[in-house]
Amino acid sequence: MALATTKPAVAAVQPRVPDVRRRKLAGSLLVNGILAFICLLWTIPTIGLLVSSFRTRENISSSGWWTIFPHQEWASVRQIPLTAGLSLDQAVQVEGNTVTDDQLRAGVKLPNGQQLKWANRRARLVDVEEQHWTANTNFTLANYSSVLGGQQYQYTTPDGAVHTEQGQNLIGAFISNLTIAIPATVIPILIAAFAAYAFAWTRFPGRGLMFAMVVALLVVPLQLALIPILRGYNALGITGTYLALWLAHTGFGLPLATYLLYNYISQLPREVLESAFIDGASQFTIFTRLILPLSVPALASFAIFQFLWVWNNYLVALIFLSGTPGTQVLTMRLADIVGSRGQDWHLLTAGAFVSMLLPLTVFFALQRFFVRGLLAGSVKG
Amino acid sequence: MQQTIELDPQKSLQPLPGTWAPGRFWAAFAALIVTLALLVVGFLFLRGDFNAPNSPTPQWITAIFAIVWGVGGVGVLFTVLNTLVEALPEVWRARIQPYIFVGPAIIFLSAFLLIPIVQTFYQSFFNSDSTKLVGLDNYAAIVTDQGMLESFRNNMIWLFLGTTSCVVLGLLVAVLADRSRFETLAKALIFMPMAISFVGAGVIWRFVYAYTPVGQEQIGLLNSIIVSLGGQPQAWTATQPWNNLFLILVLIWMQTGFAMVLFSAALKGVPTDLLEAARLDGANEVQTFFRVIIPYIQGTIITTTTTIAIFTLKIFDVVIVMTGGQYGTEVVATQFFRQFFNNQNYGYGSAIAIVLFIAVIPVMIYNLLQLRKQEGF
Repeated sequence: MALATTKPAVAAVQPRVPDVRRRKLAGSLLVNGILAFICLLWTIPTIGLLVSSFRTRENISSSGWWTIFPHQEWASVRQIPLTAGLSLDQAVQVEGNTVTDDQLRAGVKLPNGQQLKWANRRARLVDVEEQHWTANTNFTLANYSSVLGGQQYQYTTPDGAVHTEQGQNLIGAFISNLTIAIPATVIPILIAAFAAYAFAWTRFPGRGLMFAMVVALLVVPLQLALIPILRGYNALGITGTYLALWLAHTGFGLPLATYLLYNYISQLPREVLESAFIDGASQFTIFTRLILPLSVPALASFAIFQFLWVWNNYLVALIFLSGTPGTQVLTMRLADIVGSRGQDWHLLTAGAFVSMLLPLTVFFALQRFFVRGLLAGSVKG
Repeated sequence: MQQTIELDPQKSLQPLPGTWAPGRFWAAFAALIVTLALLVVGFLFLRGDFNAPNSPTPQWITAIFAIVWGVGGVGVLFTVLNTLVEALPEVWRARIQPYIFVGPAIIFLSAFLLIPIVQTFYQSFFNSDSTKLVGLDNYAAIVTDQGMLESFRNNMIWLFLGTTSCVVLGLLVAVLADRSRFETLAKALIFMPMAISFVGAGVIWRFVYAYTPVGQEQIGLLNSIIVSLGGQPQAWTATQPWNNLFLILVLIWMQTGFAMVLFSAALKGVPTDLLEAARLDGANEVQTFFRVIIPYIQGTIITTTTTIAIFTLKIFDVVIVMTGGQYGTEVVATQFFRQFFNNQNYGYGSAIAIVLFIAVIPVMIYNLLQLRKQEGF
């Protein structure tokens, strides 16, 4: 009976299968197409930076980074010298073509596919150019050496003068970053883990109030605390030291660390802790032998989160370190280069990539933990 | 007789009663003194070494010393304090130990957030060097100053446009990725900017927006596209008021990944039978999305939106790196920095910070109300 009733339905569906499949395919193409487009938009800026950091100073400033791909480009075939000092107020004759100064700047297309363009306007030299297939694959590591080791670099300006500039010593800043980021990650984790354990598994007067304080401070903008802390640091004489940064980052990172670890530690199975107590273990032993090893996923999540935050932070470093050249961090140096040498793209591209190298490595290697940390702590301000 | 453990009906666990051990107590006390002394010596060395104009120690040695001192110091201090407390008589130990555990966290939170916030509030009623009470003058200056008003306007644009775009785009990508075979790859690529500093992102986007005068080769991607389509190259970050939008684009680039990750996890949590029930009832994809999925992940949408909103309120690095606050792009946080750093007007700077604080108070109250619903508090 059942078979009899379902049969016609199946028969009716049968001819529509190719149609359904086609629609499914179209849907999947649409989804993947839009997704690929967004991904492309999201990655191209970074790729441009990476590619440019390996191009020479002259190449970066004279052509876009996408010219590393094969493309058609105007290339000089021969040159036509005009009369020296020829007035450019009116149109001039170049091999029978009447052209103006402005046209020569932009390039004048000729009927035979060639174009006329200034080779050197001051010397009244005109290029005759033809389109050629070409790819700008002139790569170099020089940018990285001028940005890392403080190596000098030279360049020639259009008027022929040779300039020598001092490069940047970002290796020092890199070490500073590590020196700041490692303790500023480990110290708050340790302190927060102890606190989270006490909040989760012991009862004491003031517990609720203290935890409310942790939650309230999660969203407080740092700006509120900076001025008084700086004054305190000045009084102690520690402005400009690593210590100043560790303490500040510890304080600023603690609300999130405590909240995140509390959420995890309070969910640990009660039986495990009970059996440890029955065995006569002290609170401290239970914490170090049991809680810490069991909380590794949560600790790792927060560690990555805090490490990236401290590494990438600019404002806190700027306020507490700016007077001390030896302790400057990568973000400060990079922002300095932007401010003073904003058009030196060979320094900026390589410098930016140096600052991104470690965070990107950490990110791609430990993405799973990072994501978990974000999911657990998404209330942070 | 076998010892029985009384368990608190709530979560609290108490260890076995210990015994008062004076010997251990005094040994731990001595260890505490030694630890503190070593920490002070290390501190003086680090302070001296950095304040010296040309430090004789190579930087990496100082760095390793600093790391060992900082990380080791905290670990040793905890251990020693605990040994001290565990040598106390049982009654005292049970009473004191939780405070040893939460104490350092509470001290740090008070010293670096709570007390400074109160001080900032207090200072906001004083003049530039905190010597003279000026009442509400700083606040009056904030609401009348033309530059400040422009900053508020810009911050509002950041808040609404930035937050909405991140949330909508993040949701879109999460939904698309959920239906794609390339989910992991796509999510990693969209998410990647979150690992980059705002300063680094600023450099990346300055390069995209780079502008050279008409007739010269455009090395910025955006202008190159405009020119090849026959348009005029634009100085994107200098043209008011549209330049604010181009700065906000950098935020969208960085924070969409954050929204996407949260939404993606929430989407995976929508029960399949719920979706199937909706489809059986004849709902199409769009209806299912707006009537079933959106209400189900509402909580995530609220947290994501508030987190990004708070983020946009404090936006600072992007503006500093892209325009330095010129061309009408100043926001509240850059104004704060300018008053604080360039003008050393602490009173005015503090008042600006308090304005930021007032803006996040609703979120803070919401979080605290959520906490009260949670078990255990």
